[in-house]
Amino acid sequence: MDIFVQTKSSFSRFLSTFFKKKRSRIGIYGPPNAGKTTLANRITRDWAGDAVGAVSEIPHETRRAHRKQDITISGTNGHTITIDIVDTPGVTTKIDYKEFIEYGLDKEEAITRAREATEGVAEAMHWLREDIDGVVYMLDATSDPFAQVNIMMIGIIESRKLPVIIAANKIDLPDAATQKIRSAFPQHPVVPISCTEGKNIEDLYEQMVHSFR
Amino acid sequence: MLQGVQIDLISQDSLGNMTSMEKIHLILDKVRQGTIVILEKGLEPDEQSKLIEMTMNEILPDDFNGIEMETYPSRDDNSFLSRLIGRQSAATRLTVIGPANQLKMIKKDKDQISAWISTR
Repeated sequence: MDIFVQTKSSFSRFLSTFFKKKRSRIGIYGPPNAGKTTLANRITRDWAGDAVGAVSEIPHETRRAHRKQDITISGTNGHTITIDIVDTPGVTTKIDYKEFIEYGLDKEEAITRAREATEGVAEAMHWLREDIDGVVYMLDATSDPFAQVNIMMIGIIESRKLPVIIAANKIDLPDAATQKIRSAFPQHPVVPISCTEGKNIEDLYEQMVHSFR
Repeated sequence: MLQGVQIDLISQDSLGNMTSMEKIHLILDKVRQGTIVILEKGLEPDEQSKLIEMTMNEILPDDFNGIEMETYPSRDDNSFLSRLIGRQSAATRLTVIGPANQLKMIKKDKDQISAWISTR
């Protein structure tokens, strides 16, 4: 790293420690199975050497908001941000336990999962109203970005005047349509990524440093 | 006996006289009974957030699975008054809300919502 950038970065860290700036809480929001926990795990592994939660193909694997504190992300220009990452349950307006039975869960397990999922979504909405300073809104680039829940969530985030980055995930899949996401939300930065392969993840970090400073 | 689905159309004036919680309770009470609710003017973002939260609290296995909700994309409110008071917001538009197990959206674009409604 360039000596000037290194010095600038150290000085910036010194100043933020000295003035004890409040850490921003950045929520990862989005519909179920968009890859929110995979992203949260990647961020925390890359910058804190840790993981946040388990991932699964069954929707609503994350049923409680998980917070990983004190993650410092550096940009190439030497700027850094220190944030708490909040991985949230997938937001939806409906949950039917029978959907989980189709994934092989028995009825009792499915009902328990559905009950926990409803509590998780309610909690995620509460966090958004009370405790979140910025949002990475995660979308599956192979799904319809115009789905009502996305339109509604972006509207809610905008009404709270929170900075938001749209992460268009799963670009490694052949049906991924990033341009459709850009046209759905032209007012916000859209970063195409693949969380599982790590593709373009540096671009997302760069945008996070820019948007959440 | 005649089988069918009740549809309630609620005017903007009527909604305008209600508090946020009154609107949300009205919608959820009706939808839980199997009624399709059409609002002449949509809910504010904060009300939508609370509606999602309260819907989650109402879900019960084999009874109520939640809601289906569709609205036209909002329009930016660039009226003279909004600009004068420095509050430019998105104007919410007609909204359809129903029980998730009875109301299915077929297609939506900026000026048309096509939905399919089934009896219980």
